[in-house]
Amino acid sequence: MDVLGLYNYWIVIVLMMTGFYVVISRGNLIKKVVGLNIFQTSVFILYISMGKIIGGTAPIVAPGVTVYSNPLPHVLILTAIVVGVATTALGLTLIVRIKEAFGTVEESEILQQRDDT
Amino acid sequence: MIAAHLPVLQIVVPLIAAPLCLLLRRGALAWGLALLASWAALAMSVLLLSQVLSDGPVSYALGDWAAPWGIEYRVDSINAFVLLIVSAVGAVILPYARRSVAHEIPAEQHSAFYTAFLLCLTGLLGVAITGDAFNLFVFLEISSLSSYVLIALGRDRRALTAAFQYLVMGTIGATFIVIGIGLLYMVTGTLNMADLAQRLPPLGQNRTVVVAFAFLTIGASLKLALFPLHYWLPNAYTYAPSAVTGFLAATATKVAVYILLRFFFTIFGPEFAIETLTLQHLLVPLAVIAILVCSTVAIFQDNIKRMLAYSSLAQIGYIVLGIGMASPTGLTAGIVHLFNHAMTKGGLFLALGCIFLRVGSVRLESMQGLGRTMPWTMFAFVLGGLSLIGVPLTVGFISKWYLVQAALEQDSWLLAALVLAGSLLAIIYVWRVVEVAYLRPPPAGAAAVREAPLSMLIPTWVLIGASIYFGVDTSLTVGVANKAAVMLLGGAP
Repeated sequence: MDVLGLYNYWIVIVLMMTGFYVVISRGNLIKKVVGLNIFQTSVFILYISMGKIIGGTAPIVAPGVTVYSNPLPHVLILTAIVVGVATTALGLTLIVRIKEAFGTVEESEILQQRDDT
Repeated sequence: MIAAHLPVLQIVVPLIAAPLCLLLRRGALAWGLALLASWAALAMSVLLLSQVLSDGPVSYALGDWAAPWGIEYRVDSINAFVLLIVSAVGAVILPYARRSVAHEIPAEQHSAFYTAFLLCLTGLLGVAITGDAFNLFVFLEISSLSSYVLIALGRDRRALTAAFQYLVMGTIGATFIVIGIGLLYMVTGTLNMADLAQRLPPLGQNRTVVVAFAFLTIGASLKLALFPLHYWLPNAYTYAPSAVTGFLAATATKVAVYILLRFFFTIFGPEFAIETLTLQHLLVPLAVIAILVCSTVAIFQDNIKRMLAYSSLAQIGYIVLGIGMASPTGLTAGIVHLFNHAMTKGGLFLALGCIFLRVGSVRLESMQGLGRTMPWTMFAFVLGGLSLIGVPLTVGFISKWYLVQAALEQDSWLLAALVLAGSLLAIIYVWRVVEVAYLRPPPAGAAAVREAPLSMLIPTWVLIGASIYFGVDTSLTVGVANKAAVMLLGGAP
């Protein structure tokens, strides 16, 4: 099996697991959002590298060029990036409101306050 | 002329009405516009369903771009049914929302509330109607993002943490779905569901396809809160505003189940999902655990909204159990329970919203004597509870009847017994409420409680009435569900 030749997928997997682990293991809500971002970014790279064809160029018709990269995954991931930005913005907004309501962004301290009430 | 554009209007009307609501600023005007848009959406979904039932599937090329290049909207019997469920619940809840929202949400946020509500409706309808896998993800995120906002509008500060928790889990689920779709695109070169369905079977047990299947299954299961991925749901339902809980409980998880059905049966095909990967060995045990564990947990809840949330998880278990049995009867039971549970649980949460408006709490101890002071609301609650149990003449009975039949067809007495055990557990948690509300006197010295206003009682009773009516006359619901089940198992898109 060609391990090194698939290096783009290895990057995807490492990023994906890093982000996922940060989301699960960190109690700080902002760090959770950061982890979520890394997790989503890995998917962006998955899509972008999937559209690249070795030796291919930008999909603009030009004389002497026969191999083009596939533009569709790149366009798709533009949409996914927008969704990711919206999610991050909403997540951070919620964190601001949580900080106002609970006075902390640490999950354990929030849980403690919830138990008290 | 207009009839040809029904599929796209179904999405465009609520989508355009949403920002207009925000521009209107005045809460009452925004409510009026949202009401019009949701009723228009209901009318269109009724027309679409009747069109599909008489002439077969409807295909619509968005922007007149033919299918593989453009996005195709494709309506067949299963998603026409889901469209009807979503738009009907939306159209019933908006009249209710006015009083409930005025009570629970500050006035300056009303127009924003209706904007988010319409966006959520748009997203859910879009997921159901689209025939393009990536478009499905985009609509899923539209509905998810707006539902995080709706949940965060709850009065309790814990609504914020519940919304954040749902945001994290929901985003992971949706991202899993994109990964799955991306992997499918890698091996097939298409995003159109009908094309995917044609190009996947020749690939057999390709590693990429199997991994894509796994990601899609987990992603959809997170969104539909299948045990053990249900952690976000009880908090989200408990702390969201009453109208939002009613709407999400009746629609959001149902649409996620639709995603599961669409991917399992239309795109991968029953041969791959059931025979090759033997998915039923995963779904059936999880569904049974969901039914038994979540019903048991529901018994110990003192917050009745949380109790109903756990009951929802158990009911999702019934739906998934039907799907897992993968026989025509089992699938019919699962699909018909989508509708039946939407009506029942929507009605129950609306009744709870009425109680919250008058009493200010949905905890068990504050419901003492409500059987006398709020007779109509409590009677609606009791009828809904009977349907959860599965008493004959309610929709709950119809679903369980088909489920038990499907279990017996496979000679699985154990499954049939477990379904009935779930009903017994439901008797206990419904009875706790009935006992407190009817057999205990109102607490001495408490403020007098009046019956809920008609604008909230009528929508509650429409849903509860539907869960009785369709328990008696099942020709529409079971007819469509059966048609959809046969179509899904036949593998035809």
